[in-house]
Amino acid sequence: MKCSEFLHELTSYLDGVLDEKTKVELENHLSWCHNCYVVCDTTKKTIEIYRDSQLYELPEDLRSRLRSAIMTKCQQQKRRGPQSV
Amino acid sequence: MGAIQNKLDGPVSEELALVRAAKGGDDSAFEELVRRYDRNVFRIAQHITQNREDAEDVVQEAFLKAYGNLAKFQEQSKFYTWLVRIAVNEALMKLRRRKPERTVSLDEDIKTEEDSLPREIADWSPNPEQQYTQAELREILSKTIQGLPPGFRTVFVLRDVEGLSTEETAAALELSVPAVKSRLLRARLQLRERLGKYFQRRDNGDNKGSPKIGDVKTDAASGDGDL
Repeated sequence: MKCSEFLHELTSYLDGVLDEKTKVELENHLSWCHNCYVVCDTTKKTIEIYRDSQLYELPEDLRSRLRSAIMTKCQQQKRRGPQSV
Repeated sequence: MGAIQNKLDGPVSEELALVRAAKGGDDSAFEELVRRYDRNVFRIAQHITQNREDAEDVVQEAFLKAYGNLAKFQEQSKFYTWLVRIAVNEALMKLRRRKPERTVSLDEDIKTEEDSLPREIADWSPNPEQQYTQAELREILSKTIQGLPPGFRTVFVLRDVEGLSTEETAAALELSVPAVKSRLLRARLQLRERLGKYFQRRDNGDNKGSPKIGDVKTDAASGDGDL
């Protein structure tokens, strides 16, 4: 496997959807190509850091205010009858 | 190096039961759906709009639209996927209103493959995120993802942060599966490269010379223009 082929398969590899044969070829490539190993490892870390970051968490007080506004508007909408959106 | 598992794998039948109850007029069932997904919708909306007030509006408008159109929901996809599609459209509308001079859409191809090829290969520190406080880290991550065009960051957020499958992401964004895959790869590689400035291994073991948070290139304007 060449480096460009590795890059092409990287997303499927990280998502765990590669077929067994390609996965073996890719891991074989990673065992000797340090650059691709680093790209693979740091891309995986990138995903994990974003996933675990709690970026843009909705604070509880705002959350309940929004929910109550949503439900009030839903009930108003229901009283007005169905509308096209 | 193992695969990364998706985190969103809730009980679909329970969701469907709530949807059917809500369709039948049970508002407390709908409120439960709001409770279940409001945080996800807010996160997606803020990632797309990059504006907290807009994200709050999107949460309200998306759920209100879902409520008004519940009868039209065919139950062929998950309710959540359908809701995300509504929320993404609302968020893009906000973005268009704020940047009327720029075309904001998700269905155009963006740049060539070569733009995302790794140029910086240096390895990262073992636990790079621990070099920064939580607040600093959030700022780094927020500014870094803001630098991506909306089409890239939306795919990344749906797939990698919210854990939708490739097919669900494609359905929610009305893109083809290959388009989602291609954008996801490029989004991941661009984020990796940009984060590398902060997380690179430094042999002298300290942070001297590491970039300040303000150095992150947001360049949101040109990012939007790339769509």
